[in-house]
Amino acid sequence: MAVDLTTVLAGVEFANPVFTASGCAAAGQELDTFTDVTTLGGVVTKSVMRLPRAGRPTPRMAETASGMLNSIGLQGPGIEAFLANDLPWLLERGARPVVSIAGSSVQEYTELAQALRDVDGVALIEVNISCPNVEDRGHVFACHPASAAAVVSAVRRNSRVPVFAKLSPDVTDIVGIAEAVLTAGANGLSLINTMLGLAIDPGSLRPVLGAVTGGLSGPAIKPVALRCVWQVHAAFPDVPIFGIGGVRTGTDALEFLLAGASAVQVGTALFGDPTALPRIMDELGTALDERGLTRPGEIVGRAHRSPLFVAPEGPDPLGDASLRAAG
Amino acid sequence: MVKPKHIRRAEVISYRRSGVYTVLTVSAPGIAEQVRPGNFVSFSVGGEESGLLLRRAFSVLRAEERGVYGATVDVLVAPTGCGTRWLARRRPGDMVDVAGPLGRPFRLPKSPANAVLVAGGYGVAPLIGLAVALRARGCRVDFAVGASNADRLFGVLDAKRNSTIARVLTEDGSLGERGRVTDVLPGLMERANSEVAYACGPMGMLAAVAELAAQRGMPSQVAVEESMACGFGVCMTCVLPVAGADGTTRMVRSCVEGPVFEGESVRFADVGTVPSDVYGAAGSPGDGEPEPYSGDA
Repeated sequence: MAVDLTTVLAGVEFANPVFTASGCAAAGQELDTFTDVTTLGGVVTKSVMRLPRAGRPTPRMAETASGMLNSIGLQGPGIEAFLANDLPWLLERGARPVVSIAGSSVQEYTELAQALRDVDGVALIEVNISCPNVEDRGHVFACHPASAAAVVSAVRRNSRVPVFAKLSPDVTDIVGIAEAVLTAGANGLSLINTMLGLAIDPGSLRPVLGAVTGGLSGPAIKPVALRCVWQVHAAFPDVPIFGIGGVRTGTDALEFLLAGASAVQVGTALFGDPTALPRIMDELGTALDERGLTRPGEIVGRAHRSPLFVAPEGPDPLGDASLRAAG
Repeated sequence: MVKPKHIRRAEVISYRRSGVYTVLTVSAPGIAEQVRPGNFVSFSVGGEESGLLLRRAFSVLRAEERGVYGATVDVLVAPTGCGTRWLARRRPGDMVDVAGPLGRPFRLPKSPANAVLVAGGYGVAPLIGLAVALRARGCRVDFAVGASNADRLFGVLDAKRNSTIARVLTEDGSLGERGRVTDVLPGLMERANSEVAYACGPMGMLAAVAELAAQRGMPSQVAVEESMACGFGVCMTCVLPVAGADGTTRMVRSCVEGPVFEGESVRFADVGTVPSDVYGAAGSPGDGEPEPYSGDA
């Protein structure tokens, strides 16, 4: 039986549910020397800010057990150069761009959304309100429901395409943050950004990273990402979710779909294997086929339902209520 | 135009030990043919079940287009951590995952010139192929090869074979002269009437070579070694401050815009910082100055 990987997110159709993760594929050009980026579900571009940005000091990277820390600090060309160079390249190449935007004020997010509003070809906007590599942790909008909602509401008002909010796992109650941004108008969620971490160099007796702390990514955070997707899907089963965190095989992607994601984004795995995405797409297709399924949509959130007693219409015995009560 | 890059499962053809180093020869069709001196390749480490996710990058020591084993590349593996130690334990018949060619190679003089090559430790790896390429163009090559001790000195015979004068130094005097390459470089440049310098080694050595070359009014090219997660331009971890032709300093990626840079363009004193005048720094002309966030706005 042929598997059809076509995936619809907030009314937008994509060829398959496997995307690059923001900050892990730049704007697609370098990756395209290894992998045909037009075959991907989409290319989520590195978060762009209003102005050019130099980022944080080096070292910006520390490899850790089954993961890595980064402290890039949103180095990038700024929206003008992005619209002049990066986005036209992606569109001319025939890729599906999901544009990630980041700002340090509601005003900056508003201006970014306005700059993108009249550009044709942007499939979705991802609002990065959760980058941990900013100098003032008070600026991580995703850590405060009201701040997160203010940003998302501003972007939503100024966008023509669906808006996904990318959330941080470094919060007490991610369902509460999800509720705030959905109420503010987010059409979908990207779960999760990196987790704040630290590595120490036993030689120098100092932190490895120039910026001291960094964002942890890779398979090390996959269980955390799955838990976040699970909790949010249980609370908002109709909301499309990108599952992000440690995906490097088709089985990983399958697990995220089962937890409630409609699509996945692949980040750190690309650094080690720039051809990872087509492989993951193939492996996911095979995994679905082996289970007698023909579309990824058939298993989204399936892990929430008892395999022995599947009652799609009834109350969910293992979902929202029990998990939230358990904290 | 971007050259096609390759990533493939490749067979280890041979290995040999030299001091603390291991030279691995791996089958690399599609890669070996394109490699120029200064290019690098990267390997996955640790095997399929490994928790080591990132590739390890190595300058190509030697590329063979049509050898007995077809197209192969040699890399010089220094055991710096568990990933490189794993790679150094590969044996003929083992499979490894190799990607390349990566980075920008050394630029060669348009007409014959007197070139001085300066190597620190395993930084000698890309310079041996460079010496061969320079001599094929009719350049005079002189070499200064140094390391902390004899176990970390590599390529002395190749350096001697491909140069007019070769100075060999160790910091502890265990082989060759006692001292550092930069101690003998001014005299060597003078005697050889050097017109261009090429260097690969620790950052401090590269800074000194660039400075000595600049004092003589001659160009230099330096190959840097910054820690990198991806090696092909997407992760932005391997950046350093480099002044462009327009006079503006940018944080540039050593994996795709380097690893070879004009010595005078690298702001060595500012490596490891984001200088306040760099493009996109807070307060610079391309300022990404954050506005204070005031609560519920």
